[in-house]
Amino acid sequence: MSATSLLSLHALTGRIPDGALLAVPKDSSGVAMAATRALARRGVRNLHLVCVPVGGLQADLLIGAGAVTTVETSAITMGEFGTAPCFTAALRNRSLHIMDATCPAIYAALQAAEKGIPFIPLRGMIGTDVLRHRTDWKVIDNPFADDDPIVALPAIRPDVALFHARYADRQGNVFIGKEREVILMAHAAQTTLVTVEEIVDGNLLEDPARGGAVLPSIYVSAIAVAKRGAWPLAFADLYPMDDAAIGRYMMLARSAEGIAQFLAEWNTGVQAAA
Amino acid sequence: MTGCSQTELLIAVIARLLQGCAHVAVGASSPIPGAGALLARSQSDGAMRVSVLGSLRNNFFTSGGVELFDLAAQGRIDAFFLGGGQIDGQANINLVGTGDYPDTSVRWPGSFGSAYLYFLVPRVILFREEHTRRVMVPKVDFISAPGVSEAGVYRPGGPHALLTGLGLFSFDRARRRFRLESVHPGHSVEEIRDNTGFEFDSPKDIPATPAPDASVLSAIRNRIRGDIAETYPHFATRLAADERTSS
Repeated sequence: MSATSLLSLHALTGRIPDGALLAVPKDSSGVAMAATRALARRGVRNLHLVCVPVGGLQADLLIGAGAVTTVETSAITMGEFGTAPCFTAALRNRSLHIMDATCPAIYAALQAAEKGIPFIPLRGMIGTDVLRHRTDWKVIDNPFADDDPIVALPAIRPDVALFHARYADRQGNVFIGKEREVILMAHAAQTTLVTVEEIVDGNLLEDPARGGAVLPSIYVSAIAVAKRGAWPLAFADLYPMDDAAIGRYMMLARSAEGIAQFLAEWNTGVQAAA
Repeated sequence: MTGCSQTELLIAVIARLLQGCAHVAVGASSPIPGAGALLARSQSDGAMRVSVLGSLRNNFFTSGGVELFDLAAQGRIDAFFLGGGQIDGQANINLVGTGDYPDTSVRWPGSFGSAYLYFLVPRVILFREEHTRRVMVPKVDFISAPGVSEAGVYRPGGPHALLTGLGLFSFDRARRRFRLESVHPGHSVEEIRDNTGFEFDSPKDIPATPAPDASVLSAIRNRIRGDIAETYPHFATRLAADERTSS
């Protein structure tokens, strides 16, 4: 495995090819919004987006930019701002393939990839329309007991996992704090790309107090510094959600022109904020 | 009423429904269940733990989002809350949308963890303030999670109660039916029947939902409002405004 690269934001997103199976975390676990804007401006296409386990602004923006063919998620929501406009519009136009899931199924399928096994069993789901429409999920008999049907889920092995974190050291170790699902994503993915608020001196793995909250560089393909890289979403205790910016998104996201205008505005907005 | 708002009434009812639980979990976008759980904890003399998703202070999880689901499967969560864009008389819930999936005419965010937690958490409380025929339907268009399962399906969990802005129902899993337990002050059984698209059992005399007494109301307005503000600041502000108009 080659060493972790420190790249520009542009070069980092260049590692996400058209058609990639791209895994991204829920809003509170560090969403790489600056990288997402760069990706959308580049005009990436045919992404298969996996939201771990739900999506928000990031998924909606990528869908609105025409970058997504398939989305696998347990929900897409703009929280207090209401319905995700581009997601619902794309379903209405039938321009998006939706693979509705349930949160623990997405985690479990990533855990299968983490273990290098082809599938994983999981409780629940039997009798739901979620399962009925997921022809890639099967009900099997528990091989160790009689009369115990259980759902088997195929592993999700993302081409790329993309997220934002507080800081990394120069070796490529990334501090993730309590947001351990990004560790699961990185274990499961072939390539992991991380944006960080800053690069710090020293080696994070040598610090016993922080070492357990670190994603080691062995899993990290490349890092780019993106100050306020989760904006306009909140990030940890560093900055709150920018309600005005998201409110403006909700207004503009009704049209493709609006999305383009917003991508341009956000570019300058983030520079002003940083 | 003793001058309590509907939100305060619902918080008090939720706390009563949670009595005896050792660990209650509260999902995303659930301020009233969150406040109800924190109230129940404050009344439990230290016997109850509460995990509120999105809270730093009231949250035991350190293994990422998967931990809630693993805890449920281990039997370490006694109660949880689910809602629904549609809820039917067999306690099926729909969080996906109306119409013929995937060509939904109205699309909601998605099923979240419901397709799993409804099976595994013993005391699931269905909570939906809007009580209309739009929500309480004869049959849901999409089953995010079923109220009951066929014999042989592993199912230690399921619906315990349905709490709405009009009343409180219990659910009989054997008979697959809701039973009206109480009607909130200011509302009537007829109003509930007019606004419910499914059949339910209703005994001859249905009591009014008891309003919180002065000490419970004081706990909601002081300690609980402060506790929930950490996770839901806007909600805590609205709760304070309600108090001023209802007192």
